[in-house]
Amino acid sequence: MTLAAIHVSFGDVAATLVLVAVAMAVSVWQRTALEADIAIAVARSFLQLTAIGYVIKVIFEQDNLAFVFALIAVMVLFGALTARQRARQVPSPFLPLLVALALAGATTLALVVALGVFKANARYLVPVGGMVVGNSMTAAAVALNRLGDEVRRSRGQIEATLALGATSSQTMLPIVRRSLRSAMIPLIDSTKTTGLIFFPGTMVGMLIAGAEPIDAVRLQLILLYTLLGSVALAALIATALAYRNFFTPAHQLRDLPDVERRPLPLSRPWRWRTRTGD
Amino acid sequence: MTAPLFELDKVNLSGGGSAVLRDVSITLPEGASCVAGPSGSGKSTLLRLLNRLADPDAGSVAYRGRQICERDVLALRRDVSLVPQLPALLDGTVAENVRYGAQLAGRRADATRALDLVGLDRTFANRDAARLSVGEQQRVMLARALALEPSVLLLDEPTSALDGDAKASVEATLAELRRGLELSYVLVTHDLAQAERMADWVVELEAGRVRAEGPIGTPAG
Repeated sequence: MTLAAIHVSFGDVAATLVLVAVAMAVSVWQRTALEADIAIAVARSFLQLTAIGYVIKVIFEQDNLAFVFALIAVMVLFGALTARQRARQVPSPFLPLLVALALAGATTLALVVALGVFKANARYLVPVGGMVVGNSMTAAAVALNRLGDEVRRSRGQIEATLALGATSSQTMLPIVRRSLRSAMIPLIDSTKTTGLIFFPGTMVGMLIAGAEPIDAVRLQLILLYTLLGSVALAALIATALAYRNFFTPAHQLRDLPDVERRPLPLSRPWRWRTRTGD
Repeated sequence: MTAPLFELDKVNLSGGGSAVLRDVSITLPEGASCVAGPSGSGKSTLLRLLNRLADPDAGSVAYRGRQICERDVLALRRDVSLVPQLPALLDGTVAENVRYGAQLAGRRADATRALDLVGLDRTFANRDAARLSVGEQQRVMLARALALEPSVLLLDEPTSALDGDAKASVEATLAELRRGLELSYVLVTHDLAQAERMADWVVELEAGRVRAEGPIGTPAG
């Protein structure tokens, strides 16, 4: 498929800052204390996307698979480092996350190329690789976050099961299942509602760029189905490797270090503005 | 001379940055023993060492003359079965819970018999485990441990969640099991009167150290 190239000027991007100002205004008015987070998000997204835009431009011009793999490897590394922050209740989560993202990314890209869905060149592999690694990162982080929460909450249940002569893997089976479900349900739900409640990003981008709607839909479907596979793989590998870190070789549940629970910005209590409240 | 049931030698264990057990050297004979002491004295921790849910930082634990770290840990836990203080049953029916441990060992347990041993009739078998009272759940935990056909039971405050009648009933059940199945058990309790009723041998712990050890009736101190 070929797309008509469109030109987006810096002024167009700057104009959308009006909408960012709306978000700021809502935050100030309702005292949600999110102004700093919004500013950081806007600044980081601008810098990161601009930088990656230039990197991708160079990679597209070179069209060398070594550069593509190097870029995806960097994404995997940063993905694992980022997801680690959400999995702090799991002992040593970095290696399971790194392996999960690397294997899920490599397997998914190898499959879509082998099936002839995408050509093995930079123009396809870079954006698809980015989506695969990004979604896999979110799923693996959710899976390990749930895993850590469940192990802490179910310590008594786990030890009672170990005391019956169960291995650590037999003991963890129901917890691993629940963690996998938590990781996969968001993407399954968004896949179910796509086209009804929202238009996914790829399709929107293609429509704006002038593609035929049916082409836009088909490419979006390819990506959604590809992501389902990669998310399942990443969550499975991350949990399968990470749960072992909770146990000693003698099937004993390790003492878990206390983890400082920092509230997520969006989990702050939402309240109406009052004259007496702070 | 036969080896004692358990022998702990200079056992030290810390948790959360502080010492939980300090230089504990005790012998528990076959039969009914009791580990008594106030809350936080290290009783439950000591019990967890006996089926290797935890290992000591220093010192050794022997079971019937052989170091427990040299034994197969899964086989040890089936032979020395621990019933925790709080009920922790799996989702499912009572019978599924009772059979679970034995299934892991590749055996099919007689759930009805195990329930009968703990004083629950066969109508309990198909009930949802989550809908039982705490006292009934505690009995199902005991039945689940007995379905493994262990030779030793480790009982962590088995009556702490029960009222007077239910407590007397569980005590009578344990006494009956000891006579009928020739089981040994190690009972953890903070209740010295219960220790006297239920055991022949008592170890008193205080702040992680052994305060007294000997047959019931020996003056403490």
